Amino acid sequence: MSKAKNTVPSESKTSSNPKVESFSGLSKNILVQMYKHMVKTRVLEERLIKIYRAGESYFWIGGPGEEAWGVPLGMLAKKGQGPMYDYLHLHYRCSPTVVAMGLDMLTSIRLMMNRTTDRSTGGRNFSNHFVIPEWNIAPVTSPLEVQYPIACGTAHVQKRTQGSKALTIVTGGDAGTAEGDFASCLILASRRGQELPMLITVQNNKWGISTSYEGQHGETFIADRAKAFNIKAEVINGNDPVESYLKIQESMDYIRKTGKPAFLEAMVSRLYGHSSASGANPIQNEVDPVKDFEQRLLKAGHITLPEVKALWEDYELEGIRAAEQARTEPVPQADSIWNHTYVDNENADWRNF
Amino acid sequence: MANMAQSIRLALHYAETNYDLKDVFGQDVGMPLGGVFTATQGLKTAWNTTLDERGIIGMAMGIAMAGDRCVAEIQFADYIFNTIDLLKIAGNTLWCTNGRYNLPMTVMTPVGAGIRGSVYHSHSFDAWASRLAGWKVVMPSNPLDAYGLLLSCIKDPNPCMFLKPKALMRVRGDELIPGEPANEKELKNMIDAPIGDRSNWKAQWPQVEEYLVPFGKGKITRTGDQITVVSYGRHLLLCNEVADQLKQEGFSVEVIDLRSIYPYDWPLIKASVEKTGRVVFVNEDTEVTNFAEHLSYRVVQELFYNLLARPRVVAGKHIPGIGLHPNLEDASVPQKHDIEQAVREVCMEVP
Repeated sequence: MSKAKNTVPSESKTSSNPKVESFSGLSKNILVQMYKHMVKTRVLEERLIKIYRAGESYFWIGGPGEEAWGVPLGMLAKKGQGPMYDYLHLHYRCSPTVVAMGLDMLTSIRLMMNRTTDRSTGGRNFSNHFVIPEWNIAPVTSPLEVQYPIACGTAHVQKRTQGSKALTIVTGGDAGTAEGDFASCLILASRRGQELPMLITVQNNKWGISTSYEGQHGETFIADRAKAFNIKAEVINGNDPVESYLKIQESMDYIRKTGKPAFLEAMVSRLYGHSSASGANPIQNEVDPVKDFEQRLLKAGHITLPEVKALWEDYELEGIRAAEQARTEPVPQADSIWNHTYVDNENADWRNF
Repeated sequence: MANMAQSIRLALHYAETNYDLKDVFGQDVGMPLGGVFTATQGLKTAWNTTLDERGIIGMAMGIAMAGDRCVAEIQFADYIFNTIDLLKIAGNTLWCTNGRYNLPMTVMTPVGAGIRGSVYHSHSFDAWASRLAGWKVVMPSNPLDAYGLLLSCIKDPNPCMFLKPKALMRVRGDELIPGEPANEKELKNMIDAPIGDRSNWKAQWPQVEEYLVPFGKGKITRTGDQITVVSYGRHLLLCNEVADQLKQEGFSVEVIDLRSIYPYDWPLIKASVEKTGRVVFVNEDTEVTNFAEHLSYRVVQELFYNLLARPRVVAGKHIPGIGLHPNLEDASVPQKHDIEQAVREVCMEVP
C-alpha cells in the first residue's frame, strides 16, 4: 500500500486470542462467500484480459484490485427492480459488485466479445459496461462522473416512494471527482430538508490513467469534500473486505434509517493498470486484496489449501467454457444499427421519413 | 385565447393530472416565480433546483431511469451547452443498452432572439438539437401547437426536446385549446399568479382536454403554388406575414410550419416542392451546419429534377453571439425583409 493508504485506520482484526483473527465478528459463511466472489471476479477479469490478448476483443477495462471493496457492496445491496430496491450507478471497475450480485461469467464474456447475446449492450459497448435493469443496475457509461447527478434522480424517486427504505448507490474513481458532476451530486443529495437516500462512494486507486493523485488534489481526502456538505463521510481501507463490509453496512443502515446520504472513500489497488490501452499488465507494488484475504482465511482456518486450489481451478474452467460458448454465438450485423434508437424500433432514419 | 406561456402551463397541468407526470423542475420553475416566463405557475409538481444545468439534466435522466415521467427546464437555451454530453447520453441510452433502458423525459428550454436578450438570452438550439440522435425535437409557433406538442413529448417514451420560442411566449393564437375558456380575462384570473404575495394562491384549472400534435407532422399555414417556404417557431409567423404581403403583389407562397424538427415531415415538404419547384428554408440558428442545410441537401438529392431554382437557406449569421443593440440583433438573425427578399429572388430565378 502507498503511504496515503496506510494512513487509513483499519478495523481491529484480533480476538481475545491475539493469534486468531476475529474478522470483527463476521460469520464464516459471509467471509467465505466474500472470498469466493473475490476469486471469481479476479479469474473472470484475467480471462477478459486473455480474451483481449488473443485478439478476440477490442478493448479491456475492469476492476482487478477492487474486489475487497466491490464484493461486499454487491452482497449488501438490496437486489431487485424498481424504487423499492437499491439502484446502482456503477462505473467500469465494478465487476466485483456485479459478480457478488450473481453475475455469471458467460454474461460478462459475451459483453467482452461483443456478441448479440450480450444482454447489456448487444455488442455495442466495452467490457464491464453492464446494464441490468432486473437488478436496478443503471447503464455504465464511458464518460466519467455523469453517473453522479443521474443517481440523484433515482434517489429522488425512491425518496417519494411510499414504504421504500431503498437507497441509491453511486461509485466512481478518484480522478473523476474533478468533474463538476461530482459536486452536483454532493449538492443535490444534501439540500437541507430534501436530503436524498444515497450511498455516494469513491474508489481511490490514486491514479487517473497515468496521472497520479498526488499532483492533482489539494484536499487531504476526497471524503473531506462530502463533510463540507454535512454528509456523513468516512475513508476506509477498501483492500480489506471485512472493513469494507462493516462500513458499507453501517452506512446503508444510516441511510435507510435517516433518508440522508452517506459517503465512503475506499482506498483501493489498481492491479492491471487503467485498461488494455495502458497494457493491462500486472502491477507488482500494490496490495493484492484477494491474495491478502486468502492468506488471512487460511491462517484462521476458514479455508484449506486444497479448497483454495479447487476454487481457483473451478472458476478458471468456468471462464474457459464461457469463452468457448461465446465464440460460437453470433455477432451484431450491419442492418441492426438503427435498432433501439427509439422505443419499439420506431423509425429514426430520416431517409424513411 | 391562451398565450403560449399559458398553453404550456395548461399542458403541464393536464399531464400531471392525466399522464402521471410527477416532476416539473428547473431554476425558478417552482413557486413563487413559476418560471421566468410564468409557464410553470401553479403546478402541483413544479419545484426549484439549484443553479446547475448538469444537475438538472442528470436528475431528469435518473428520474426517467426509475420509470417516472418528468419535464426539466433549462432556463434559457444559452445555458444548455454545458449539458451537451448528458444530452448525448440521454439520446443514446436506449441504443447503448440494447433497448433495455428508455428515458421518458422532456427537456424544455426557451430559444431564439427577438426580445433584445443580448449575447446569452438569444441563442438558438434547433440545429444543435437536430444532431442529438435518439431525441425527438419540436418547436411550436402558436399556443395550440405548444399544448399539443408538449403533451406528445411528455407522453412519448423517448427523450424529447421542447424548444420554446421565447419571443412568442405572450403571443396568442387563433384556436382555443379544447376545454379552454374563450374569455382571456377569465383564463387569466384562473391560472395567472397574482402580483405580490402568492403564498396562498392556487390556480383554478379549467377542464382542458387531451390534444396531441404528432411528431413528424407539419402543417401548411398558407397555400400557394409558386414557392414553398419551410419554417418553425417565431419565424413561421414572419413567413406567414411575407406570404400575405406578397400575395397582394400576385405571388403565391406556400408556407409549411414544420413543428417537428426531428422526426420531420418529409412527405409534406416533398409534395409541396414537387408542386412549386422552388423552396426557401427559414430559421434563426446560425447558418453553418444549420438544420435547414440538411433539408436543402435532401431537396437537391431527391427532388433535383423538380426544381426550377436553387433552394435557399435563410438563417442566422455565423457569428459568436447576438449583440444587444437592435442594429446588431437585427443584422444577426433573419428579419422579415430578409425572408421577403429571398422569396422574391428565388421566385424570379430563371432556370
